[in-house]
Amino acid sequence: MSIQVKQLAKADAFKGSRIKQDKETIVFNIIGYTLLTFVSLICLIPFWLIVAGSFTDELEIISKGFQLFPNTVSFEAYKSVFSTPEQIYRAYAVTIGVTLAGSLLGIFLTSMAGYVLSRKDFAIRNGISFFIYFTTLFSGGLIPWYILMTKNLGLKDSYWALILPPLLSAWNIILMRSFMKSIPESIVESAKMDGAGDFKIYQRLILPLSTPGLATIGLFLALGYWNDWFNANMFITTDSKYPLQFLLYKILSSAAVLQTNNGAYLAANVVPPTETLKMAVAVVATGPIILLYPFVQRYFVKGLTVGAVKG
Amino acid sequence: MSGKGGIIRELRQSKTLLLMIAPTILFFIVFSYIPMIGVYYAFTKFDFDGGLFGSQFVGMENFNFLLKTGVLWNLTKNTVLYNLAFILLGNIMQIICAVFLAQLSGKLFKKTAQSLMFLPYFLSWVLVGAFVYNLFSDLGVVNSVLKQIGLHSYDFYLHTAPWKFIIVFFSVWKGLGYGTVIYLAAIMAISDEYYEAAKIDGATIFQQIRNITLPLLKPTFILLILFSLGGIMKGQFDLFYQIIGSNGMLYDATDIIDTYVFRSLTVNFDIGMGTAAGLYQSFFGFALIMIVNFIIRKTNKDYSLF
Repeated sequence: MSIQVKQLAKADAFKGSRIKQDKETIVFNIIGYTLLTFVSLICLIPFWLIVAGSFTDELEIISKGFQLFPNTVSFEAYKSVFSTPEQIYRAYAVTIGVTLAGSLLGIFLTSMAGYVLSRKDFAIRNGISFFIYFTTLFSGGLIPWYILMTKNLGLKDSYWALILPPLLSAWNIILMRSFMKSIPESIVESAKMDGAGDFKIYQRLILPLSTPGLATIGLFLALGYWNDWFNANMFITTDSKYPLQFLLYKILSSAAVLQTNNGAYLAANVVPPTETLKMAVAVVATGPIILLYPFVQRYFVKGLTVGAVKG
Repeated sequence: MSGKGGIIRELRQSKTLLLMIAPTILFFIVFSYIPMIGVYYAFTKFDFDGGLFGSQFVGMENFNFLLKTGVLWNLTKNTVLYNLAFILLGNIMQIICAVFLAQLSGKLFKKTAQSLMFLPYFLSWVLVGAFVYNLFSDLGVVNSVLKQIGLHSYDFYLHTAPWKFIIVFFSVWKGLGYGTVIYLAAIMAISDEYYEAAKIDGATIFQQIRNITLPLLKPTFILLILFSLGGIMKGQFDLFYQIIGSNGMLYDATDIIDTYVFRSLTVNFDIGMGTAAGLYQSFFGFALIMIVNFIIRKTNKDYSLF
């Protein structure tokens, strides 16, 4: 910067700085808008590719491969998926059932534990907190856990193998505890004076006051259950018990073939959709999340920031 | 001792509270503490009929084998290096996005961008596997584009080099929205007065970011990095398994402890060896968390884990 400009700025500091600031701000805005648009697109593009792939004609895929912008439009893959939709519906039912059961039971147990640990008059709360927290520091590892689940508990191929493992997590309990600690103690005290029992206090007073915390935990749990494929991969052996994501995984890895009426294609001498079918199943399995997440996201952000501030 | 008697009396009074937390305690005993006994497998030659104590005790043999064959070294190297890349690149990208999101003025744009950046967090890893398939298989988009511009197609499944970048990319990609929100919250907590004062002094927006935002983000950054370092021995099984799958060609560059243990269990049926690798991971991870926590306690006691 030349001395002259500096002097000018000194002479008319306010005006000068504003002009300079505007220039810099424009550069900043250009970089910012460009970068964030680019990042947003990167986050969206893979999903676009799947959708585009699912609506492409199978022949185009075979001859040219997947395209960013396919030349043909075809609904064959979806027709094929829904020609015999039992398998998909079945997987949906399993996923919805497991998600509902697991999330509700998880919220109930997590909130109870969080409440008990937030009670300052509970003598052994620190001991129990550490007992729970220690499980995040050290674990026996995958294999002893697997042997316990299958050999000792006999949960192979049971829906319980999908519900139980994600049910309680130390992090959720800690989050819940710090949330409930922020509820004024005087509320509990006055309820006690009125002769209310501990469970009644939890049920009538604490639960209604912790709905934002419950919603956050519930969303974390529900998302975990909905997207879980690992436990199914470990324990579920019967096709009809596959949850949605695991069915998708099996179809993608070509380990399972979606039961479609491919016989009709063979007879008609047309290529049955296989590559496009994989993409269509991916869309069908993800659809609800895409539709719901803009609404859910707000709660997530709120819950996250609560957790981040309060530790 | 009167103290002990006091505790028992107090617990008797809080019977309901004990009952309310009992299922949780039972859960952690069954699913976390009982498997800890199972680490004994690491010191045995596993026998399917024998069970836990019917298997032959072999001492440190499994660990010696893992050490001698170099498996342990390769797994540790991969696990640690990948995690370092995830942590550093992830945090840097999150900070950059958070800084811009905080300063830009277009409300609708910011909302949309933040929503889109959060999208990957909500998708399952299986779907990420579908993306990888769509992009990098023989029929994938990348090869389609290569062919269209007259280049030879590239068989991704024969080369290890690109996968290192693909794995890191998807890790950063999936965690971007989540981390950005945390940094954004930290930026929002910075008092407006700093910026007002800087503006009056004629600081440009870049100077404001360099001299106010970034220095004030440093504690959050260091804390998040330290916490992540504590978990550096835990790979992301979902990420590696959904992207690489059971592709033996790529193991050298992409095998982490978690995938090795998983294969020991489901493919090689080498229970003793797999448990040994898992136990090594647990111990190493435990030591790391202790060290990290010690460092945090020394620097800022409020933020320590325990």
